[in-house]
Formats: sequence, structure tokens, C-alpha cells
Amino acid sequence: MTAVGAPTGISQGSRTRGGVGESTLRPDGVLKVTGAFAYASDMWHEDMLWGQILRSTVAHAEIVSVDTSEALATPGVYAVMTYDDLPTGVRHYGLEIRDTPVLAHGKVRHHGEPVAIVAADHPETARRAAARITVEYRELPLVTDEASATAPGAVLVHEHRTDHHAAHVPHPNIVHRQPIVRGDADAAAGRADVIVTGDYSFGMQDQAFLGPESGLAVPGEDGGVDLYIATQWLHSDLRQIAPVLGLPEDRVRMTLSGVGGAFGGREDLSMQIHACLLALRTGKPVKMVYNRFESFFGHVHRHPARLHYEHGATRDGRLTHVRCRIVLDGGAYASASPAVVGNAASLSVGPYVCDDVDIEALALYSNNPPCGAMRGFGAVQACFAYEAQMDKVARELGLDPVEFRRINAMEQGTLMPTGQSVDSPAPVAELLRRIKAMPMPPERQWESSEGADVRQLPGGLSNTTHGEGVVRGVGYAVGIKNVGFSEGFDDYSTARVRLEAAGGRPVVTVHTAMAEVGQGGVTVHAQIARTELGVTQVTIEPADTRVGSAGSTSASRQTYVTGGAVKHACEQVRERVLDIGRRRFGSHHPAWAGAGLLLEGGKVVTDGGEVLADLVDVLEDEVIEVEREWRHRPTEPFDPRTGQGNGHVQYSFAAHRAVVEVDTELGLVKVVELACAQDVGKALNPLSVIGQIQGGTVQGLGIALMEEVVVDPVTAEVKNPSFTDYLLPTILDTPALPVDVLELADDHAPYGLRGVGEAPTLSSTLAVLAAVRDATGLALDRTPVRPEHLTGTA
Amino acid sequence: MRVNLTVNGRPQQADDVWEGESLLYVLRERMGLPGSKNACEQGECGSCTVRLDGVPVCSCLVAAGQAEGREVVTVEGLAEFARRRAEGGAAPGARAGQSASLDAARRWQAGGTDSQTGEHIELAPIQQAFIDAGAVQCGFCTPGLLVAADEMLERHPDPSDEDVREALSGNLCRCTGYETIMDAVRLAAARRSEEARA
Repeated sequence: MTAVGAPTGISQGSRTRGGVGESTLRPDGVLKVTGAFAYASDMWHEDMLWGQILRSTVAHAEIVSVDTSEALATPGVYAVMTYDDLPTGVRHYGLEIRDTPVLAHGKVRHHGEPVAIVAADHPETARRAAARITVEYRELPLVTDEASATAPGAVLVHEHRTDHHAAHVPHPNIVHRQPIVRGDADAAAGRADVIVTGDYSFGMQDQAFLGPESGLAVPGEDGGVDLYIATQWLHSDLRQIAPVLGLPEDRVRMTLSGVGGAFGGREDLSMQIHACLLALRTGKPVKMVYNRFESFFGHVHRHPARLHYEHGATRDGRLTHVRCRIVLDGGAYASASPAVVGNAASLSVGPYVCDDVDIEALALYSNNPPCGAMRGFGAVQACFAYEAQMDKVARELGLDPVEFRRINAMEQGTLMPTGQSVDSPAPVAELLRRIKAMPMPPERQWESSEGADVRQLPGGLSNTTHGEGVVRGVGYAVGIKNVGFSEGFDDYSTARVRLEAAGGRPVVTVHTAMAEVGQGGVTVHAQIARTELGVTQVTIEPADTRVGSAGSTSASRQTYVTGGAVKHACEQVRERVLDIGRRRFGSHHPAWAGAGLLLEGGKVVTDGGEVLADLVDVLEDEVIEVEREWRHRPTEPFDPRTGQGNGHVQYSFAAHRAVVEVDTELGLVKVVELACAQDVGKALNPLSVIGQIQGGTVQGLGIALMEEVVVDPVTAEVKNPSFTDYLLPTILDTPALPVDVLELADDHAPYGLRGVGEAPTLSSTLAVLAAVRDATGLALDRTPVRPEHLTGTA
Repeated sequence: MRVNLTVNGRPQQADDVWEGESLLYVLRERMGLPGSKNACEQGECGSCTVRLDGVPVCSCLVAAGQAEGREVVTVEGLAEFARRRAEGGAAPGARAGQSASLDAARRWQAGGTDSQTGEHIELAPIQQAFIDAGAVQCGFCTPGLLVAADEMLERHPDPSDEDVREALSGNLCRCTGYETIMDAVRLAAARRSEEARA
């Protein structure tokens, strides 16, 4: 990795090992490689039962009757529950809009909706008992796309809406709509020398985290419940769970268990309430573990989208205007749809200068599977379309696609379509320059002294070609993603930090409710504590609800916001320890009275490095503990009519270059290399940063070529809920992933850092598709591109 | 039914096993060895990979009864298995099954610098390489990949990148994009050849 950029001016802690900027190793690494790390599905309790959900077999239907008698009579079954057995009047949940029934009531709105739950002494007994529940459905007309959602007399997915978006949407089957108007697109279009339009279609992607939805609910003696769970945000879960159970929040005690990946798919509840209900009903611990089939139904997916774009440009390559319309399919329940709409609209032009825009983004309610959060949401769909358009316009103008992007690249101070000024480095042109300057992989890289290595060719070991019909293509793309929660959300995190002397040395304990889902937040928290307190021994407490909210592990926000909270709490601890030191030792040395004292290597030192005292001597028996909330600077909502407003906290940028080889006869694609350049502000842990960039890059590759949840357009049923039919990139599908990291500090953020996780998923997809277009000359206006789209046999 | 098998060198017995239970279920739920993972339970992801009489298999696709009388090595026994192999012994290592209980979850915490390098805990070279190369993120694919990669390096101590990709193509990872997994296997192979030269 090469890193350039402004130094971030860290003085405190710069001499303490294992601090910010080092590639320290994961504290949970040993547990994870020895099999000892306890994931949610590994939980075990004496006497525990297994929970199972019965899900709807149809997408939209009235429930005429539910007969649970046979299931209840099954030996080994302890409980069967339906909507009628819910303990309180609160029977719905949801991230923003509480429109999702805990168990279906009167009707089901999508294929796989939970209808009943069962607890039994063996998972197979529970499955078989669930299968013995008889549900009689009377099918209803389906809403499956924009036309059927807004047709005259269209059936309403949700009747009697009262949510806060209901008043401003043009139709009750539209969850939320956000227009953005800035400048005068009509007048600007008159100045255009070329106008290019395009229609694009984006497939539904699954997060496909490997650890299935799981958890263990243990009933407490106080009538409460302890829940061990894999989630992205403990306190958001808690707010939704407790009212349904009829318990105060302090009697629903949540602990994060090991989380096997998330990528947005654990923002919504899955089995949390169901396990708690069964545990409270039976008085026994209840474990629930989805299998992969159920997991495809058990969480929301990435919104599929249809996007219409019009770009204009002058002959010298400057954008005149952008008009676009983005229709996202939110499926049966709202989930994160409103936020996805806000992102899609506000980021729809991409990282470019364009002052005359006319934008509309909306999300539908339909009877398709619910869609919500997934890595880069809203921005991923938009990037796929605006970058395809940028290539088209460049071609129309006879310009090199990278040069055309460079001409229009935004920079610090550029105004977004929302009117918000990008007030930190926006090195779009520099990222493009770097990605283009990287050395190209050699031509005909499959050739060796022993002939063609088919493993390096499209089709691989299927041995479909030795190079005949194989054409190389190269594609470029760049994207922009917001970091943190936007549109006026009070996005804060809490951290509790304790410093004490133990066993003759200073020890720091950091306690937050941050969900470690694999990203390495626990690594970074320890690094921050070492830097801020000059202590090498740092313990990270398990995340739970005994400490305040850490917000969600999403929106690339955790290092920024919970990291910021840890830093802030450490600073308070440092002040306290220096106060104690001044009291105890101030008379021993005049430097105690001055500013610029540092904690380094377990000692209080002057900025010149002179040791004033050991921390253990300063502390003696004192335990310093501080809990603090920390917020990034506030944002504001977008105006509902014009979309204007300072809606975002921070922007992040990544660019990709893809090199592909396509067997044009069979439509098989081999990605040879997928290189990324990204600005991360400050890499707190370079190894983890690169891991995020490479992981996000390959999820984008998956969108481009392989991944799609296929929903039958006639029945709205999911056709491929398995890893047999939903294809994920394997190590054979994945090329070398060179990464070039820039570090241009954002002065508003802790250490100047920029959220990392999502940006690489945006441009990766389109770079791969652009490379396939380059190789084949085909338009390719959809994701994923499959062989039939390349051979004309679709 | 009753199933007898040897797991990580230690005789194990499970009673009241339902005929439909997989080896994976018996390891995880009846023997307190949840290291082998349940990501797909349909033989597509490799997260449950174990050695069955030396051969890497998806334990989710092996009926528990099929493992009767056979030898299984899981990720929990990988370190000792690798040590015995390095010492020239053929027998897989014996290591008590450890159950990931609530206590284990509560104890989950960073141990400062000690735990970063795996000091004081026996690790197989491939396990250490995964940690050092940053090949572990969420870690759910890791146990299966470790068993598969260790077996590949046993057969093929100096693999090309294409050999590695071919050998690990049955193991899905959703976090890393595989590049650091490649790095880890290269690292383990390089360390081994350096040791052999020394």
C-alpha cells in the first residue's frame, strides 16, 4: 500500500506501541482461528428448546384460517404461537416505520412472511411440527412493479397508512419520494451539444453473510429475558423488541454474540422477537438458527431498481445537466427504504460538477421480498447508472472515458445537487489518475511454457477455451458515498472507558455497544485507547445494552462515530489522570503546571519526553471511569420539494479499474484484475482498511456478473433461495485486487478519518461492466450480466 | 442410535442421535465442538469442512452414522494435528472438546497485545498465517478454510496461486474478497519452505 496525504498531527500516543495508524492484529483472531469464538448459532444452554418459524408459501393473500392443533399435539413440542398469542397490543416493528407484523395478521404481503412459531426439543421436531400447521390462504392480486403499484384501482399493499411519509407521497403504494431540483435543467439542456439517455435495470442482491440469523433467548427469574444475538445495532433492536414483549427495556438484556458478517442484512430484526416470545411462553431457553434457505427469506435484500437518465454535455466535455428518475422496489415492508431513497436521490449525479439537475427517486411498496439496507445502499444503484452514462457521453464526444470524468470531477467546495458544499478533500481526479497509472496485467496471461493454463481463462477448468474467441476489455468507474446517518438523524455513539492499575501496570477497559460484525472495530477501539492514554494493555468488553447506544454498524460510520466516542471518553480520562497527577506530584516538578503533558508508555511525560511519573503511581487505587456520548456535526433533512439541504455528514470516494477477458462465443467472463484507489482520510488500521476495500470490491463484482435474487414476475415467489442457485464469487472468480490508499485528512472527523466500508462496492460493479462492454461492444444495461446477455440468447 | 467416532484423536460417543442428523450437527450440538460452521448446510460454502479419515469433506453432507468408527479432525484439533504431523507422528492430535457456552461468550474480549500474536496458545502454522495476513474478518468461513488450506499445503507445500484458488474454490468467504486469504496461504507456504531450508 502506498499512502500519501497530510499528516494528521497526532502527538499524544505517538510513542506508544499498537496505536492509531498501525496494522495491529485482531484481538479476536486467535479465538476465530481455533474455533473457540462463540457465534450466535454456537450458543448452547442446558435444557434449551429450538424455535422454528412457519413462513407463507404465497406472496399476497388473506389468511382464512390457521390450524395449529396437529403441531401442538406433536411429541416434543412445547409451544406454538400465532398473531393471536402475542402478549401486548404492540404487534408490529420496523426500523423507521413500524409496519412489519411480528406474525402475520389477516394477510401476508410477501413470500416467506412469518405466520407462526414453534418451540420443540429438537430442531427437526420443530420443523416437522411447523409443517403440520395448516394455513388456508385466499390469494390477492399482486403488486410487483411500478405499473401494478400505481395503476388505477391498484390493490394497496398497506391500507390506512399513517406514517410520516404518507402525506407527501403521490400514491399509497409509494413508501417515500424525494425530488431534487437545482438550477434549470431545461435551459441547460439547450446549451448541450450532445444529449444521451439510458434506461438501466439493477437486480436484487443478497447480503449473503455466512453466519445465518441466530440467537438464544433465556428467560430470567424477574420475568425478563436475556438475548444473545447477532445484530448490527443492539439498542435499535431493543427499542423494537421490548414493547412487543410488554417489558421495560431494562428487562430485555441484550448481549452481542459472535456475528458472522452483516453487510446491512442485520439492521432489521429477524428472529429476535420470536425467540423471546417462545422463551417467555415456555419458561425455557430457546435457540433459533436459520438454515440458508430460510436466511434468504429472513432478511431484507438490496433494492432492485429501474433507472432512467439523461445527460447533456458540451463538445469540450463539460456536463450541462442531468435528469434522472430512480424507482426502487422496497417490497412488502418499509425497512430502510426512505433512507435508501434519500441516498439514491442526493448521490444520483455522482462525484461530478453539475449545477442544473432535475432528480426524482422513489421506493415502492410491492409484494416482492422486502428490501432495505445493504452496503452502499441507494448509492450503489445510482452509480451503476450514472457511470454507464458517463461512458456513453464520452463515447458520443469521442473523449477518453477517464479524461471525460476528470474534466467533470468534483473537488473540495463543489456543490452537491442538494446545494451542500463538499467541505473536505474530494480527490476524484487524483483517484482516477492513480487507477489509470497502475501497471496493466500482461496480455494473454494464461499462456505458460506448458501451454494454456485454463484456470486463468473464462470457463476455467470447464476447459471451454484455450484462448480462442477471448477478448480483453478495460473499464473505469468512480463513485461517491455518504458516511454516517443523514437527513437530520441524531447519530451518536456512547463509550465507557476505565483506567486503573492492575498487577502493577496500567490497564484500560473500553466498553461500547458497537456491533463487531467482522469489520475490526474492536481492533480500532483498542488502538484509539492506546494512542489517547499511552497504555498498551487494553481490554474490550463484550458489547451489550448495559452501556449506551453505539448506533448502527452501517453507513461506514463505526470508526468515525463510536471511534470518536472512544477517543472523546479517553480524552476525559486523560484530563482526570493529569489532574490527579498534578495534585499528587505537582510540587515535585514545574512541568506539571504546564500544558502539553502526554501519556506515553504507561507514564506521564512532557512533550520533550521527560518522564514525570508512572501512571500506576499517579493512580494508586483510583479507578477512573468515564462514559460519554459523542456526535458528529448535525445534518438537516432534505426539503421535500426541492431536495435542498445539508443532509450528509461526510463523503467518501473510490475508483476502480477492471480488466476482464470475455469468451465472446460462450459469454463467459474472467475478471483478470480489479484495482481500487480510495481516499480514507486516515487509515487507523491499514490492514483492516485494505480488507474492507477488497471485500467491498468483490461484492461489487458479484453484482456485476453473478448475484441476483430471482423473483418470479407472475407469482412474486423467490426462485433461488440457496447458494446452489444464488451465485457468490468464489476464490476462482476473484482476481488480484491491488489497492492504492490515499490519506487526505477530513478536518471534521476524528484523526481526519473517512468511512471506508461502502465506497468500494459502488464503482467496482460498473468498472467490471464497463470492461465487459469494452470487450464486447454490447450496451449491457442490467445487473447482473449473464452469459445469455453476451451471446444474444437472453 | 449411538454413534462412535474419534474426534481430534479422542474417542467420542453420541447417544440418541436421530438418523437424519449430519456429522456437523453431532459435532456442534452433541459434542461441544461448534468450530465447524453452519453457513449453508447444503454443501455449497465449505464452512463446515473437516477431515474424515484424512479427506476434507463438508460435514453437513455426511450423515452422522456414516462417520461411525472413523477419524475426524476439526478446526479445534488443527493445531495439535499440525504439530503431530510436523513431529512425524501420524495420529491426529487429541484435544478435549470445548463447548462455546454463554460463559465463553461473556469471556470474549481483547487481551491486549498478548492475544494479538497468539502467544501462549498453540496454533497451526496456517492458523497463525491467517491472523498475520488479515485473512480473518467475521471469521465464519475461517474454520473451513483453515482445514482445507492445511490439507492442501500437506499435499502441495509450494503451490502456485492458481493451485491455491483451485483447492479453495469450495470455500465461500463474503468479507475479504479472498486476497488476504491468498496472502495467508502464501505466507504459510513461505514460512514452511524457509524452515525447511534452515
